[in-house]
Amino acid sequence: MSTNYPILKIKNLKKNYHDLDGEVKAIDNITLDINSKEWISIVGPSGCGKTSLLSILANLEKPSNGNIIYQNDDIKVGYMLQKDALFPWKTIYENCLIGLEINHSLNDNNKKRVLDLLNTYGLSDFINKYPSSLSGGMRQRVALIRTLATNPDILLLDEPFSALDYQTRLILADDIYSIIKKEGKTVILVTHDLAEAISLSDRVVVLSKRPAVIKNIYDIKLTNKSTPSQNRKVKEFYDYYDKIWKDLDVHL
Amino acid sequence: MSTYSNEHKEYLKEIKKNKILVLFFQVFIVISFIIIWEVTSRLDLINSFLTSSPTKVFNTLISLIKAHNLFNHIYITTKEVLISFGLASILGFIIASLFWFNKTIAKIFDPYLTVLNSLPKVALGPLIIIWIGANTNSIIFMALMISLFITIINIYSGFTNVDNYYITLLKTLNATRIQIFTKLIVPSNKKNIINCLKVNISMSLIGVIMGELLVSKEGLGYLIMYGSQVFNINLVITAVVLLAILSYIMYSIISYIEKRMVKN
Repeated sequence: MSTNYPILKIKNLKKNYHDLDGEVKAIDNITLDINSKEWISIVGPSGCGKTSLLSILANLEKPSNGNIIYQNDDIKVGYMLQKDALFPWKTIYENCLIGLEINHSLNDNNKKRVLDLLNTYGLSDFINKYPSSLSGGMRQRVALIRTLATNPDILLLDEPFSALDYQTRLILADDIYSIIKKEGKTVILVTHDLAEAISLSDRVVVLSKRPAVIKNIYDIKLTNKSTPSQNRKVKEFYDYYDKIWKDLDVHL
Repeated sequence: MSTYSNEHKEYLKEIKKNKILVLFFQVFIVISFIIIWEVTSRLDLINSFLTSSPTKVFNTLISLIKAHNLFNHIYITTKEVLISFGLASILGFIIASLFWFNKTIAKIFDPYLTVLNSLPKVALGPLIIIWIGANTNSIIFMALMISLFITIINIYSGFTNVDNYYITLLKTLNATRIQIFTKLIVPSNKKNIINCLKVNISMSLIGVIMGELLVSKEGLGYLIMYGSQVFNINLVITAVVLLAILSYIMYSIISYIEKRMVKN
């Protein structure tokens, strides 16, 4: 990595949830450094606190303990949710502007940037259409552009492909991978799809069952690393798959 | 205009046909009702002293216009309805918004709203007159009592029914609570708010008429009350017909606004 100081340091993070029935430990002591422009995937058994981790990084929830340290104060975080949550009463273009509106940074420059993103990534015909006229894969692409509109340095992706059918998933994963690499973003992806995690990432972090701790971290080194769908075809892919599958220790 | 395919022309024709059919039967029902009413009363099949007849209604209407300042009565009732409709809508929206911003306040007032909404307002009529006086204010207060609480309840329930997922999205973009309200809660509730206005206009009309029956010296409600006191059925029915027309006009205005505002 070019900068030796990580863009994001997670230190001794803990998270407990409280309700009237009692207390649940969701995350128990996670420490992790994330480098600039790195693509990290977090996998783990369902309900292990993956989404909690993202929520804390996105400042939606407060950690019970521990620190999140950014490289500097200018680092911006963008969060792409599992469902697209496009507003049905706004056009595609207006939907993409919502983040800028909220940050009061709606100027001609930024508007043009959003238009360029929409045009570059194959949505030029739909700029003035409403979300209801788009397919699931396209809507998710719009959701990504809405997230990119505010120009975040770190992207948090919460199972962005899970609501789509298998073919659309593969194609969209390639798409979104190339968009994000072109824009030079750091990514933290939460997924339960191991193949997705391995084919997209530089590192895969495996979490344990609740309360979540880091069980293992894999540096993904594939021969001829290219697009995510091509990455699925190399031999090492299967080795990683087996190892991570064993780590997850899934029982029915 | 671009040229359409035959299939599309056929489709447009079908829609137009249906529109005409609906309009035809709407007009047909009114006209046949009037004809049957007139004919049966002329043939003495019904007692037109008790049921009046279209001709009598029309004659009453003319004499009201000539001798009794009918338009003033209509104006008074319309004015009262519009004032209470405006007050109930604005207050209802403000209070529902307040509830949305502070859920604790909403929880505190929830049982009171239900109780106030279900109180029989007619029974409170005499009390209202004693408290406020036998004047227009009493009438508007009565109408407000009838329309305000249901407006608050309906608008607030629309506000709370917004998908939480949209709220999470705006939070990930660092939206403030006010921004969530103006960018999400209000725009996504446009339809609901207009529906509340539709209910509200009828509620205000009912409230105003009820108020006028109790205290007024002017207005369509007063004509109904006066007519029944002197057993002038023609007058009562004429006033009721005028009320029906008035409510239809008001409803049409709101429907027009709805068409203009709600596209999606």
